[in-house]
Amino acid sequence: MSERSIVRPDFRHSPSIDQVGAEERAARFTKRSIKKESKLQGLHLALSMIDLTTLEGKDTPGKVKQLCYKAMHPHDALEGLPTVAAVCVFPSMVGIAKKALEGSKIKVASVATAFPSGQSTRDVKLRDTKYAVAEGADEVDMVISRGKFLAGEYNFVFDEIAAIKEACGNARLKVILETGELGSLDKVRRASDIAMHAGADFIKTSTGKIQPAATMPVTLVMLEAIRDFYYETGIQIGMKPAGGISKSKAALHYLVMLNEVLGADWMTNEWFRFGASSLANDVLMQLAKEATGRYQSADYFSID
Amino acid sequence: MSTNRLSILKTYKLYIGGQFPRTESGRSYKATNSKGDHLANMCWGSKKDVRDAIVSARAAWKGWSARAAFNRGQILYRIAEMLEGRSEQFVSELVSMDVTAQDAKEEVQDSIDRLVYYAGWCDKYQQVFGTVNPVASSHFNFSVPESTGVVGIVSKEASPLLSLVSLIAPAIAGGNTVVVIPSYSKPLAAISFAEVINDSDVPGGVINIITGKATELAPALAEHMDVNALVLGNESDELDKDAILKGTHNLKRIVAYHEINWKTEQGQSPYFILDLQETKTTWHPIENIGGAGAKY
Repeated sequence: MSERSIVRPDFRHSPSIDQVGAEERAARFTKRSIKKESKLQGLHLALSMIDLTTLEGKDTPGKVKQLCYKAMHPHDALEGLPTVAAVCVFPSMVGIAKKALEGSKIKVASVATAFPSGQSTRDVKLRDTKYAVAEGADEVDMVISRGKFLAGEYNFVFDEIAAIKEACGNARLKVILETGELGSLDKVRRASDIAMHAGADFIKTSTGKIQPAATMPVTLVMLEAIRDFYYETGIQIGMKPAGGISKSKAALHYLVMLNEVLGADWMTNEWFRFGASSLANDVLMQLAKEATGRYQSADYFSID
Repeated sequence: MSTNRLSILKTYKLYIGGQFPRTESGRSYKATNSKGDHLANMCWGSKKDVRDAIVSARAAWKGWSARAAFNRGQILYRIAEMLEGRSEQFVSELVSMDVTAQDAKEEVQDSIDRLVYYAGWCDKYQQVFGTVNPVASSHFNFSVPESTGVVGIVSKEASPLLSLVSLIAPAIAGGNTVVVIPSYSKPLAAISFAEVINDSDVPGGVINIITGKATELAPALAEHMDVNALVLGNESDELDKDAILKGTHNLKRIVAYHEINWKTEQGQSPYFILDLQETKTTWHPIENIGGAGAKY
């Protein structure tokens, strides 16, 4: 990607969002009829877009290795499956994941910046980020300071994202807005604009620790922000809805929305990801159903 | 004032996950009796309804199988109590479906008694069927029956209430959750029974009832990988053969009760509970207790 010049618009002028309209438009994406062949392709694509995630206090090296194996071998009983896009872990687990994924093309993503609350000092956040990158993270998922954002300190949020972006070096930066804490679609749009102007490579809905997490209307607003930013600057930004997407059907709805809002250029795992842990198994169960004709049981799929 | 009153007819729907939804297919069929009376429009359930019910049953299984056995007994007894209070409704419903008044009364009473019978067995069958096994090493070795999981049940056409209760009760007494296809020709009592279940502290999803054609719905149960056992209560060799073939993919437990007369003593036994149980054996290391010559 070309070097971006830092332009700082007045974020108070971000467009406001018609909430009812956004909800209705989002609901319409769920009504498309998807026939078998397209569905199969959609499921393969969805699987290849998953950031397989474990972000728990109880994570251990063993758990992370297990997850990495799952990432490389989603379900060996089915032939021709893609791997997932990335494994997403805490900074302390990056080294372990990196080693476990050696030889595969799967990326290691790490949350950073005092995830999930982001309630810490700039210095701690920068060191958290640098540690993750030094351990080998290909991608960094940062959280914005929602408290500052809601207090109207947009410049603070902007500067923080720009500083983290610098600390990331070559790693791609995903900026988590935590839309469940922002309160309105207007604020989602504004936070998206701030993140993209400040240097985000991806914008991401949620940490997965707050309800509601990713929803279709919120994702729609963010996709539209990406579209507007692309028209304005020519720079392509990726999107990652995370949390709460656990069924294949929902994943297909998101892909329909992605295609209709941003188009085919975004329909790869370079520009779109699902942050999820249980989605992978549901997609695999659907693919197994298509292959065998029989509806599947979770008993026959690995847990992680 | 009441002479010209319009009759209020009940809409008979499905019972899935503690809710009464209509079939997703939008289909229905006319339930009639031998006089040609139009008794009700029944939901003609689809395979998708069956799958939804299986998802509900799977979700409910974890909690239901983990309930204290005594508590499951209390809930089964509660179903009996609620059925007792509504027995007149069931008698008249059975009579409308060509059962004679005397038979209908007996069928309802037998159904209530059967529920009480299995309520009693809930916390006892483990003691009867569990074993302590002699082994040659320093282990305390014991086997206990545990629920198999989600059970599909195809009920009988005749004795629509009694056969339904006789097939459901041992399955849920043993901690399983069930998806039931009731009598096609006499379906009213099954959905009224669902209302009784819904009033009886039975958690949603433990019992799911889908009215419709067994020939269409039973194969969906048989080939679904998330169904652990299938109970065939109706007489159809063709259906049995098909179910056995389809059930092999996940080695379903398949039991057929064709010769059972549910009206007799033969229709109740703890062995019906055991038919839907898996055996768990535990090797518990101990100090050598062979001092007295015992082998366990």
